[in-house]
Amino acid sequence: MSKPIIATASLAGCFGCHMSLLDIDDRILKLIELVEFNKSPIDDIKTFTKQCDIGLIEGGCCNTENIEVLKEFRKHCKILISVGECAIMGGLPAMRNGIPVKECLDEAYLDGPTVGENKEKIMPNDEELPIITDKVYPLHEIVKVDYYLPGCPPSADLLWEALVALVTGKELEIPYELIKFD
Amino acid sequence: MSDTIKFTIDGKECTGKKGQLLVDAAAENGVYIPVLCHWKDVKPAGSCRICTVKVNNRYVTACTLPIDENCGDVENNTPELQDIRKAIVEMLFVEGNHFCPACEKSGDCDLQALGYKYQMMVPRFPYAFERRELDAKSPKIFLEKNRCIFCKRCIRMIKDEKGRSYFAFKGRGKHLEISMDEKLAANISDELAQEAMDICPVGAILKKEVGFINPIGKRKYDNEPIGSDIEKSK
Repeated sequence: MSKPIIATASLAGCFGCHMSLLDIDDRILKLIELVEFNKSPIDDIKTFTKQCDIGLIEGGCCNTENIEVLKEFRKHCKILISVGECAIMGGLPAMRNGIPVKECLDEAYLDGPTVGENKEKIMPNDEELPIITDKVYPLHEIVKVDYYLPGCPPSADLLWEALVALVTGKELEIPYELIKFD
Repeated sequence: MSDTIKFTIDGKECTGKKGQLLVDAAAENGVYIPVLCHWKDVKPAGSCRICTVKVNNRYVTACTLPIDENCGDVENNTPELQDIRKAIVEMLFVEGNHFCPACEKSGDCDLQALGYKYQMMVPRFPYAFERRELDAKSPKIFLEKNRCIFCKRCIRMIKDEKGRSYFAFKGRGKHLEISMDEKLAANISDELAQEAMDICPVGAILKKEVGFINPIGKRKYDNEPIGSDIEKSK
């Protein structure tokens, strides 16, 4: 049987969840024996080259590019997992939710105390730039998500236990200490 | 001994005094019924509904039910009730802005601890992302209104020597929010500010200048689920 294939991405996240995955330390060698990585910052594969079994996504959706990547993942992954608070509830970026986007952009590019010189009052508007969404969305409000791993970040042990359980088909029994929302 | 009441909770034989609130009687028998608004010996509010149990096939809040001969077999930890409680926790999570990683109460928060207890991975309801103003006028207290779950503990318990409440509700329905009396809160003592923070089941009331005082691993609910102390007592 071929190895299960994993893809990962960070959307509106800080890469902390990916760092936590690296925190499994030497178990990463066992992980490589268990699975193959496809599109992921871990192996730097930029686009999907085949269908994957598991997609791990950290971060919520704060712009159109995030939504596009998320939909690509849903299309290419049999199982999609929300990893971390941002993917599950928007997290830190979602602190802008409830504030109109215009107010946020004005603060960032025109009126904020750290703006400096912007005499021409330029707001980034290149067509290459993704458009900011009205609020930051949790992943499951955009596509169907199969599993959730909470934490900020989820601990390395939780990621390890969950992945091993998933690829080996064992039932996941999580000790109390491993499920934390912070 | 006519005022001793015998009843069972999920088949476990319990005794209590007639008129005693079910949630307190259960605790004395080593049975944990989760609470968010209840505080022992304070007049019950029955506002959070997390202590919902089934008595004689009817749903009642254990924090408002005085026990008597008719209690019979109380249902507490059935899958049905656990799911109802989980739904309540999820509802409270989406209604306010409960972003745990940025909250000083994280690890000591009753709502979060119940999320752990019922293994809430994601709320089944859509997030409301409410936005209420933060009140930082008091020299001792931050009032983060987005986290309030309307349990009324602070309103009922935090009072000055004349019996005046430091906290009150403002508005109605969707606009309901917790507020703090500006003049009273300007002179609140350190002890009372600490008590207000301690009784708040979430991170709505925070004492200033002591944030994140306990490291991760040493906070109230880091290692043991909420209610373990009660369950271990018998």
